[in-house]
Amino acid sequence: MSPNQDSESGPKISRREALRQGAWGAAGMLLAGGLASGSRAAEPGKTQPEAKAKSVIQIFLWGGMSHNDTWDPKPEAGREYMGEFSAVIPTNVDGIQIGALFPELAKQADKYSLIRSMTHGNNGHETAAYLMQTGHAPGERLAYPSVGAVFALFKSPGYTGMIPPYVVLTKPQGRFSEEGFLGPKFKPFATGGDPNAMRFEVEGVVARNITDDRQKARRELLGKMNTLGNLMAASPQMVAAAEAKEQAYELILGAGKEVFDLSKEKPELRDRYGRHTFGQECLVARRLVETGVPYVVINYPGGWDTHKDHFQTMRRQAPQLDQGLAMLLQDLSDHGLLETTIVWCCGEFGRGPKVDWQPPWNGGRNHYGKVFSVLVAGGGFKGGRVVGSSDEKGEEVKERPVYPVDLLGSIYKLSGIDSGARLPHPMGAEAYVLPAASEGAKSAGLLTEIM
Amino acid sequence: MTTLPLTWAVALGAALSSAATAEIPANVYESPEPAKPAGRLDEIVFAKLSSLGFQPALCSDAVFVRRAYLDLIGTLPTAQEAREFIENPAKGKRRELVDQLLERDEYADYWAMRWGDILRIKAEFPVNLWPNAAQAYHRWVRASLAENKPYDKFVRELLTSSGSNFRAGPVNFYRAVQNRTPEGIAMAAALALMGSRADRWPEERLQGMAVFFSQIGYKPTSEWKEEVVFWDPLRASATAGNTAPGRDAIRAVAQPAGDEPATPAVPAEGGPRTAMLPDGTRIELPADRDPREVFADWLITPENPWMAKSIVNRVWAWLLGRGIIHEPDDIREDNPPSNPELLAYLERELVASGYDLKQLYRLIVNSSTYQFSSVPRTSDPEALANFAIYPLRRLDAEVLIDAVNQVTGTSDLYTSAIPEPFTYIPQGKPAVSIADGSITSPFLALFGRSARATGMENERDNKPVPAQSLHMLNSSHIQNKLEQGPNLRAIIASGGGPERILEQLYLTILSRQPTADEVAAALEYGSAGEASRPARSARSGRPGRGNRFVPTRARENWTDITWALINSAEFLYRH
Repeated sequence: MSPNQDSESGPKISRREALRQGAWGAAGMLLAGGLASGSRAAEPGKTQPEAKAKSVIQIFLWGGMSHNDTWDPKPEAGREYMGEFSAVIPTNVDGIQIGALFPELAKQADKYSLIRSMTHGNNGHETAAYLMQTGHAPGERLAYPSVGAVFALFKSPGYTGMIPPYVVLTKPQGRFSEEGFLGPKFKPFATGGDPNAMRFEVEGVVARNITDDRQKARRELLGKMNTLGNLMAASPQMVAAAEAKEQAYELILGAGKEVFDLSKEKPELRDRYGRHTFGQECLVARRLVETGVPYVVINYPGGWDTHKDHFQTMRRQAPQLDQGLAMLLQDLSDHGLLETTIVWCCGEFGRGPKVDWQPPWNGGRNHYGKVFSVLVAGGGFKGGRVVGSSDEKGEEVKERPVYPVDLLGSIYKLSGIDSGARLPHPMGAEAYVLPAASEGAKSAGLLTEIM
Repeated sequence: MTTLPLTWAVALGAALSSAATAEIPANVYESPEPAKPAGRLDEIVFAKLSSLGFQPALCSDAVFVRRAYLDLIGTLPTAQEAREFIENPAKGKRRELVDQLLERDEYADYWAMRWGDILRIKAEFPVNLWPNAAQAYHRWVRASLAENKPYDKFVRELLTSSGSNFRAGPVNFYRAVQNRTPEGIAMAAALALMGSRADRWPEERLQGMAVFFSQIGYKPTSEWKEEVVFWDPLRASATAGNTAPGRDAIRAVAQPAGDEPATPAVPAEGGPRTAMLPDGTRIELPADRDPREVFADWLITPENPWMAKSIVNRVWAWLLGRGIIHEPDDIREDNPPSNPELLAYLERELVASGYDLKQLYRLIVNSSTYQFSSVPRTSDPEALANFAIYPLRRLDAEVLIDAVNQVTGTSDLYTSAIPEPFTYIPQGKPAVSIADGSITSPFLALFGRSARATGMENERDNKPVPAQSLHMLNSSHIQNKLEQGPNLRAIIASGGGPERILEQLYLTILSRQPTADEVAAALEYGSAGEASRPARSARSGRPGRGNRFVPTRARENWTDITWALINSAEFLYRH
């Protein structure tokens, strides 16, 4: 109608086109500016076509979950090691037993494999979290992006969804900058809100008490009152600002946000996921993957840093993890999505296999990076297997160590991302998706036994 | 005492009659005075502009007051400060304002924030200064700025100090690098103090400069994460791979189960004695002198072009959005200044003033060049490169959230979740004054605050991304501030009718009076709400707190108007 409104809603022809061309990533642009010369040049967007995995759901058990009490039980080790959780249960796969806190996961063991020999030896939260999610040693000269940001970089050129390519439910991990040197564009989109609430209020997308009519009226008002912006609408800064705003409105007023509307799911299904935040996060994760979002992190609501009150916390949290994760695997499978979706679940490390009964811990477990467990499923990972093992007390790797580059390398491989590809660094520094063996990164090989 | 605001319908009639004198919007932003040179700086710039055929215009008083506050102290003027300045008839009021701003506490806060980016003041990952050291480093930077320490002295202290990282702030310069080798430190010094990216230098040059930093020792103390940085000519504290021993000691403490123990090397005998200055001169290091001092004394010599060139170019870029050499930390021969004479003039002035930084700010901000309008006359990129306009730049993350909080009367929570117990900053402390880059909030991270990993200017990223728009347009974080912010509520409840309220909102948010068109648009929004959106408040309205007779919808309308102002380019951008 008025020229003001036009400038608010942007140039009509190119807008949708621009959005379709991977508007959330625009990795190509970044590459053009950031890549000098290099032997192993990255070609983000050129993920191998034969790649099985299209998406990843990472369940991050912040704080570090005990391996002894969960997926690598040591019933013979006695109370000193097993504390209150000496019971184990069989699973639906012969020969695999897990801790009795996970009856639901026991019914799904054919869908996942357990790595019982994950190791990096780092016992600091932030350094271990960095190591597990970048594969690079903390304290190197560069701050690498996390695996999710790497997915956003490689997947966004071909990604046409309205939802950002790297989503975290619901709060960012916040211990290191997940985007690393790739810059804010590759930051995870943190939803905020609580999917277990009456309405999942995704920060910035679904606002409380603001109807679509009011949104539209406001937008029109802004168009009229944006005096300087309208005066300078042709300037490059204002064009860039208008594009960002347009994309935001695609989510605020568009259909894309329906992915967050859990009322579209049957109440019975929601019940099966569990009427708790984690359970409903798992359901949102499935819906996100269904619409093609390449990388979803569930940053576990509540922590696993159980120096104290360990057994109490485990008794409270483990059943929710069990219910939500088991149902996620089942539901992904029911939707035919497990084939194309990698699910991986672990903390930044495990917890001390020997219980600390002394004050002030009074029955706690401390940080333990020497050996711990990881659950992987889907997207080309076989189910019903166990990779590696720890010793009889869960203190050392007994056979087949798995290092962070082995795990991440396998995830990249299944997703068609070349681990040796060069990453675009703003200063043109040499940086690759994963460190090579020549850079001193420990490796015992990809997880070919389950791929 | 609150009085009922007039209803929207009544206000509309009054507004429409005054809307007859519609202004051309540019007049809000530009001064009627023609732009003329105000000194030597301007003569140089104007000569270049006229040779290129550009005709600049001066910004209005309203633009100037906002610009000067944001650029010099990173803080918005209050409504009263803006009004007083705009209404002040005195001739020299711009100059007077600049002098006042340079003496405000926020000057040191804001510029310590900028320096914090360059000097990588961050406790945790990836430079790992640790909290006490980050605070000590920041305290020294801030105090230096507050007392207007001569810049050459500042640089020399930064390069030559020794002592505990918790007590002698500037020693952290040698700790705030990820790659703590002599080369890594040489590169950090070149970037921060010479504006040069040493990874592009000939290998020999970098190695030669690294020699000046090859005798730095780091020694842990019995206090957790304390270490002493000192001149260690015998390299008594050296370990293999040039890794600082203090760091390994810290690692060992942090990771008792780590499987990579540090292997102490046999101290190298002597080490290189011949260093090379960045200008290519070879220099024999005297055995009785800390080589850092030799380097620092060379760097701060007035005849040496590097330091003065780098700092005047950086300050210019900070104030005018673009270096005379651009990027300001990419000074090299094949990246020439857009106006060499201007750069040379600023260098001379800085040296002549005894490296007085405030004097440099004064010189620049009082020039007509700095006071040009931001409204472009041409799309020729040369206009921008030659400073014919003041460029639009989105407010930095910290400045933006402080502005939102000032306008609404609210505050944010800043924390660092890494060391336990977690760090919390007292409520109400502005984001620009946060010492440590590890202390943060989701907003600061989202809006591109520097990660303080490399010390590059471009680590601070103010380019718009959609997630930021979502946040400003539609987040509960911003919406709650608009709905509940006591300052906004006070303005809206202040009475005097919608036009008074609007005027106060404009002065508070945009530091100027509204135009007649803007008044009309706002009032129309209110009245349209009465007529055509009756269902809205029924669904979304809640009874007002304080005065339950205020129609909820009227308050919603005011919220929407302030929302529009906060989302306008004029609020979000330096202009």
